[in-house]
Amino acid sequence: MHRFANPARFLKIARPLTGWLFWSGLLLLLVGVACGLFVTPADYLQGDTVRILYIHVPAAWLGMGGWSGIAIAALMQLVWRHPLAGIAGRAIAMPGALFTAICLVTGSIWGRPTWGTWWEWDGRMTSMLVLLFLYLGYIALANASARDGQGGVSPVTAIFGLVGAINIPIINRSVVWWNSLHQGPSITMRGSSIDMAMLWPLGLTLLGFSLWFGAIVLMRMRAILAQNKVEARLQRLARS
Amino acid sequence: MKAKHQRLILALVALAALIGAGLLAASALKDEAAYFYAPADVKSKGVEPGKAIRLGGMVVKGSLKRAADGVTIHFDVTDGKATVPASFSGIAPDLFKEGSGVVAEGAFDGKGVFVATNLLAKHDERYMPRELEGMSYNETTHQMKAEK
Repeated sequence: MHRFANPARFLKIARPLTGWLFWSGLLLLLVGVACGLFVTPADYLQGDTVRILYIHVPAAWLGMGGWSGIAIAALMQLVWRHPLAGIAGRAIAMPGALFTAICLVTGSIWGRPTWGTWWEWDGRMTSMLVLLFLYLGYIALANASARDGQGGVSPVTAIFGLVGAINIPIINRSVVWWNSLHQGPSITMRGSSIDMAMLWPLGLTLLGFSLWFGAIVLMRMRAILAQNKVEARLQRLARS
Repeated sequence: MKAKHQRLILALVALAALIGAGLLAASALKDEAAYFYAPADVKSKGVEPGKAIRLGGMVVKGSLKRAADGVTIHFDVTDGKATVPASFSGIAPDLFKEGSGVVAEGAFDGKGVFVATNLLAKHDERYMPRELEGMSYNETTHQMKAEK
C-alpha cells in the first residue's frame, strides 16, 4: 500500500479508474434496476413492494461497507501513518452517510405496506439509525478538527472511526441476537431464501452501486488532493 | 521494537477490548433489546396483566375468528413451544393472516388473553414469485418443494 503513499502515483491510477468505475457501475445498476422493476416477478405476499429491495439491500451494504472502509483507513492512519488513509476516510464518510440514509428511507417506505408501520424501535432499525448518527458525528469531527493543507482527518477522528466499527457486527447480528420486527438474513453462507427468479438483479445492483461508490470515493479523494495542492501553492505565493 | 509495531499492538489490544465490551453489552441486552416477547417467554417468565408489551409469533392456522361485532378478531399466537390466545379490534395490516408472523402491541387481561391495541405483520426472510405460492421451503437444503 505504501507504493501509493506518493499522491502523484496514486493519481496516475485513480484518474482513469474513476471513469471506468463510474460508467460500468452506472450501466450495471441501471440494468439491474430496470430488470428489478420490469422483468422479475412480484412476490407472493408483498406484491410489487418487494422491488424496493434492489435499492434497499445495496444501500444497506454500502452504508456498512463504507464504515468498514473508514475503520480500515483509520487503522492504516494510526498504525502505519499512511498519508492517503486520512484522505480516504474523509472521502468515504459522505457517500457512506448518504447510502445509510437511503437504506433507512427505503426501508421505511417498504415497512408501511408490509408491516403496517413507518418506523419501529427494533434492533435492526435502531442500530442502522445509530450508524447514520455515527457518520454525521464523524463528518462533524473531521471538519472541526481539520488541519490546513493536509486534507485528511485528525487522529481523534480516526480513533472515532475505529471505535464506531463496533456497530457494524451489531447491525449484522441484530436480527439473530434479538427478537426483531425486521426479518432474519435471507442470504447466508448456506444459500438464499430469495427465489433465484427474483435474486439475480440484486447481484447487478449490488455490484453496480459498489463500483459507483468506489468512483465517488476516488473523485472525492482527488478533489481533496487537488485542494491541498492549491493551498500549498497559495502559501508559497504568500511567502515569496 | 519499532514505534510502528508498538502502535499496531496498542491498536489491536484496544480493538480486542472494544469488541469484548460490545459483546458483553450485547449479551447483557439480550432481553432488554428484544423487540417482542415470544409466547414461550411469556409462559416461562410470566408477564403480569396490564403491563404493556409486544407479543410476537405465528398466527396459528385455523385459529383466526371474527367476532359478531365485525371488527374484533380472535387468534392464537405460537412460537412452536407455547401458544397464547389474543384479540384485536381494528384494521389489521394486509399481510396479517393465518400461518404468517405477527407482532401485537398490548397487554394481557386477567384471563390470560392478550388484548392487542396495534397489530404489525412480520415478514419472514422468504421471497418468491406468486407461481411458487403453496410450495414449502426446506430450511436445510434451501430448496422449494410442493406441499404434499
